[in-house]
Amino acid sequence: MCGIAGALSLREGVAPPSREDLAAMVGALRHRGPDERGLYRDGRVGLAHARLSIIDLAGGQQPLCNEDGTRWIVFNGEIFNYVELREELVARGHHFRTRSDTEVLLHAWEAFGPRCFERFNGQFAVALWDAREGTLVLARDRLGVRPLHLCEHGGRLWFASEVKAIFAGAPAIPRELDPAGLAETFTFWTAVAPQGVFRGVRELEPGHVRVVGPRGATERAFWTPRYPARTGGGTPGSLAEAVDRTRASLQAAVRLRMLRADVPVGSYLSGGLDSSLVAAMGRRAKDDRFFTFSIRFEDAEFDETHFQRQVAARIGSEHRDVVVRRRDIAEAFPDVVRHAERPLLRTAPAPLFLLSRLVRDAGIKVVLTGEGADEMFGGYDLFREARVRRFWARAPGSRLRPRLLERLYPWLARSPVAQQALAREFFGRGLERAAEPGFGHMTRWGPTAALWRLFSPALRGEVEGFDPVARLLATLPAEFSRWSPLAQDQYLEVRTLLSGYLLSSQGDRMLMAHSVEGRFPYLDTELVELANALPPDFKLRGLDEKHVLKRVAEGWVPASVVRRSKQPYRAPDARCFTAPDAPAWVADLMDERAVTGAGLFDPRAVARLWRKCREAREDAPPSNADNMAVVGVLSTGLLHEQLVRRAPTRESPGDFRTVVDRLAPPGAARGPAGAPGERGTT
Amino acid sequence: MTVQERVRQFIVENFYVAEPSELHDAASLIQGGWVDSTGMLELIAFLEESYGLRIADAEMTPENLDSIDAIAAFVARKGVQLSATA
Repeated sequence: MCGIAGALSLREGVAPPSREDLAAMVGALRHRGPDERGLYRDGRVGLAHARLSIIDLAGGQQPLCNEDGTRWIVFNGEIFNYVELREELVARGHHFRTRSDTEVLLHAWEAFGPRCFERFNGQFAVALWDAREGTLVLARDRLGVRPLHLCEHGGRLWFASEVKAIFAGAPAIPRELDPAGLAETFTFWTAVAPQGVFRGVRELEPGHVRVVGPRGATERAFWTPRYPARTGGGTPGSLAEAVDRTRASLQAAVRLRMLRADVPVGSYLSGGLDSSLVAAMGRRAKDDRFFTFSIRFEDAEFDETHFQRQVAARIGSEHRDVVVRRRDIAEAFPDVVRHAERPLLRTAPAPLFLLSRLVRDAGIKVVLTGEGADEMFGGYDLFREARVRRFWARAPGSRLRPRLLERLYPWLARSPVAQQALAREFFGRGLERAAEPGFGHMTRWGPTAALWRLFSPALRGEVEGFDPVARLLATLPAEFSRWSPLAQDQYLEVRTLLSGYLLSSQGDRMLMAHSVEGRFPYLDTELVELANALPPDFKLRGLDEKHVLKRVAEGWVPASVVRRSKQPYRAPDARCFTAPDAPAWVADLMDERAVTGAGLFDPRAVARLWRKCREAREDAPPSNADNMAVVGVLSTGLLHEQLVRRAPTRESPGDFRTVVDRLAPPGAARGPAGAPGERGTT
Repeated sequence: MTVQERVRQFIVENFYVAEPSELHDAASLIQGGWVDSTGMLELIAFLEESYGLRIADAEMTPENLDSIDAIAAFVARKGVQLSATA
């Protein structure tokens, strides 16, 4: 895994970025690629790369070029089927100098053009420069595992894996949080690409390729999630066949991710079904030592130690874990936000930040994770809840139908009648709109958007009339309404939470903070297509979530793990920050002058929120809204402090292994700080 | 202080309302996003503690509790003097 960065001059007379600019960009991405650095520069473009060496350790330096040095590439990620693609390209007459997947990508572009991306089974962000045609190609994997941000400024298009690298390369870019990005975050838990959270900085959408040529830019999706029509279509065949095919496909996906690496691969292990199954299959894929890594919580409410140890013992992994306390989360949180580069409404990324540190300290660079299983196989409570609410909506007066909610939320059955009545009011909102897109998600988006009341008058003025839900629903594919309700809910989950939050704030950013590459078998191209084509009843059988996957897991993981009710991954939230011994930055950020100064939240509202949470008793846990409010205010404040208010640091990244600078005068020996002189690889 | 005023003050404080004038006495607290289902339980606890009420399960309905006006009328029906305990 790596970091990529660069800039393209968009008009005559605008110089490409300087070597110092490129070095500063790489300097901001060192955590993503601590092993090697490289840059390429000509009269139009500059490309830079920070490398974490995983495949072809000796030969995979970047930027990398084709045979005649006319096309250059910087690449972050993995193409897992590169071996097969390489054979195909060799048969077509392509010559390779390295054993890397990067070079395969370059030749695949030459052979197939923009359609090459459809052929990749992988996780990637890439910038490819065709010097002959003057064309820059930017692309991102199907589901958005790897990030890529873009910003036009001063006649140049700046791009990088992380926004901080863009700011470091071009400190003159005005830095400001984007009101629309904040409004989306305080609705969906994330801004939805291409919307970003910094004004003027877009995120390339997952599955998209953008080609910037001499005559302007074009962008198109090379892949989007597709599901069978509600009537007909879908996978023919029995449930048993679906289970067999899913098992075989998942095993193949795990094997590919275990074997296509020149370093050891370990696995995360939460104690739930998804990561347990992946770890079990990973253990068997390779006859070698196998490490698993887990988060434990001091708060018993969130802890899954029992199941983690059961699985580790069963599969025979060398198991490591880290115990996370509230205080650890509070202390790590500024680093977590700096890496996430987004406001967060949950602290859940913080333990994952601490977990990747454990992995790195164990000497492991690559881990499998269970991310994506809930989206692809229908695991979320939301999907079950939406099914019950749609069933209820067909007979809104029914007293019995809403009682099915008790199957989802057992606490409801134990609650006083009062709470049941109020819960009915909550879950029963908008039943008359049950057939409309987004119905399933309204119980999540609505309460989150209620937190806009914390926004400052200025920010509220900026977002007045902006409806993030309407904007999202306006971009749905034409066939959306023909999909099953479950498929519709899955699609929206993939578009919103998966890419922007789970794969980013809880995924790539926390992993890369400690130079660890995550690999996601459930996001394998073939497995995703298979899962999407399954009939909805195979995924959500009645109210039994991930039914097919549970059947696959039988025999691989302990029965207790297959049968246990789903425990969403959560961490303690507001309470990490309200303790008397909380780190000093918390009080600093909640201070009225700080809140007023940042201009994002209303200081009166924040003061009320903060007073309430600090005075709450230990036996009265904060509500969901209070948790989101506290974490949202603090993370947005940290983001503003670290990436807006503070001037970007331009740190030397250390020596460059590869430097191809076509603008350097002949014999020029000195590069930017830390960079050596010319050392061409052509 | 009237029940209306007191309930309003509680909601403003407890649900961190920035601009109290935006909170209308007749507006639905749930539909307006001011109070979620957990928040409603906080509101019930407040009413019981402040007015010495016992609110029966059957009374804990949106009809009784979903707006400041509804709450005031409900408290009045429960026999509390509007001016008491201020």
